[in-house]
Amino acid sequence: MTSPTLTRRGLLRGAGTASVLASCAKPNADDASNAPAVSDATAPAEIGPGAVSVAFNLNGKPATVQVEPRVTLLDALRIDLGVTGPKLVCDRGACGACTVLVDGRPRNACMMLAHDVAGANVTTIEGLGAGDSPSALQAAFVRHDALQCGFCTSGMLTSCAALLQRIGPNGAKLTAQTVREAISGNLCRCGTYPHVVAAVLEVAGATPLSKAAVTP
Amino acid sequence: MNRFTLVRLPTLQAASERVAKAPKTRRFRAGGIDLLDLLKEGLDAPDELVELRAIGGSAGEAMRGITTKDGAWSIGALVTLAQLAEFEDLGTAFAAVRDAAGSAATPGIRNAATLAGNLLQRPRCWYYRHVDLECLKKGGSQCFALTGDNRYHAILGGGPSFIVHPSTLAVALLAHDATVAITNAKGERTLPIAELFALPTVDPEREHTLASGDVITALTLPKAGAGQRSAYATAKEKASHDWPLGEAAVRCRIVDGKMLDVRVALGHVAPIPWRSQEAEGVLEGATPSAELFVKAAGAALAKAKPLDHNGYKIPLVAGLLRDALHRVTGLAE
Repeated sequence: MTSPTLTRRGLLRGAGTASVLASCAKPNADDASNAPAVSDATAPAEIGPGAVSVAFNLNGKPATVQVEPRVTLLDALRIDLGVTGPKLVCDRGACGACTVLVDGRPRNACMMLAHDVAGANVTTIEGLGAGDSPSALQAAFVRHDALQCGFCTSGMLTSCAALLQRIGPNGAKLTAQTVREAISGNLCRCGTYPHVVAAVLEVAGATPLSKAAVTP
Repeated sequence: MNRFTLVRLPTLQAASERVAKAPKTRRFRAGGIDLLDLLKEGLDAPDELVELRAIGGSAGEAMRGITTKDGAWSIGALVTLAQLAEFEDLGTAFAAVRDAAGSAATPGIRNAATLAGNLLQRPRCWYYRHVDLECLKKGGSQCFALTGDNRYHAILGGGPSFIVHPSTLAVALLAHDATVAITNAKGERTLPIAELFALPTVDPEREHTLASGDVITALTLPKAGAGQRSAYATAKEKASHDWPLGEAAVRCRIVDGKMLDVRVALGHVAPIPWRSQEAEGVLEGATPSAELFVKAAGAALAKAKPLDHNGYKIPLVAGLLRDALHRVTGLAE
């Protein structure tokens, strides 16, 4: 897994024929967070205001949905596609319950339009593992009692999955502070944060912490 | 939220003209975070969103990239806060810029929100954000903060509107004397970042000086002088993520133990990112010390006029400035 961290090398890798003097640095090829809204020059210049079809990759499978431009990604997932793992809570990007991964980066699905993800890879909690085959991270959440009411959990898991992917094989160096920063956009009113941190550190292979160390 | 059309034009010129033709009903869209917030609250209802991320070619590439030339850095307007926070090459000379970018909002928002969008977001004042209140900023006759709950409002430069400028990046960029590159149908121009923002005495309904159809394409950080360092400090009610109560950014060079080319910028204290030449005057050419920093902080806030509920900002921001000064000079180590 390539780290989406923006580095000079990553920026310059995609620069191609850019001159040496003013080397135009593009974001890492794996980092599509500010990618062009359209990659196809033949794409229509105007979308909407009526419903228009948008195609993307959802949890590894092609998905198409016919929605107006004003429809958020979260509404398209929950209402049109029946993918209800991402939750609607604040609807303003403040709570993180709707967190999904777009090309590997955590994003608030309530604060983007469905038409923003045309051609992108969208991963929801359903794509991380479900039912009888939970991912190692989900199993660790269960072991560490990292959820109570569970409403923030799908967002917590997607944020933590993005962190683990970003850290890659350096998991052993992961610190509690880094995990706390990664989940700083995920509100849990039950206060499960220390258990979430412990679960993530365990999955990353980091040195298990004493209870005191994971309690803020 | 009203219905709208997404417009994706491949050139900057076409996008600029599209909005300039009907500025009341068309909006530029980049990361779209503040815009979507305004649409959901019913504070704005445009017919068309013209997507800056659709711009291709070399113009689009420059708006998405980070470039260096002769020691200066040009940061594309569409670079996300996350990308900027992770861009290690800026180093200690521009540390305040990375720290400010990494402290704003949440990881999920930082992956969407762009540099220029952060500079141009509308204020967070709860009277402004309330759809039923016709405040001064929305063409009404009075600023409700003056007599209302003004705990988060301005202590400097206030009147007739008492908002605080919401951009965290602006504070760090002001401390670095950044310049703003702007393009419209007529051509390109640059502006010192201080001139991008305007006090409410100019027009209480606007926080910036851009004209219809103007697009910010990049921010340039001038070449760092020898020994340049910078630091950013912020305080929030909630430690994890929240809007700042106050901010301070300091940039200087340390040469032979003296502070040179000092810039002090304060955030969330005034309707614009606030430069303190009073504090700079105390610090310029002086030897760093805790006593000096107390004096500088006092000078920075000497003219502060708190409202009924925000007097706490004076000691808070004084402390933030002292914190940033201790860190930028290495006295904190």
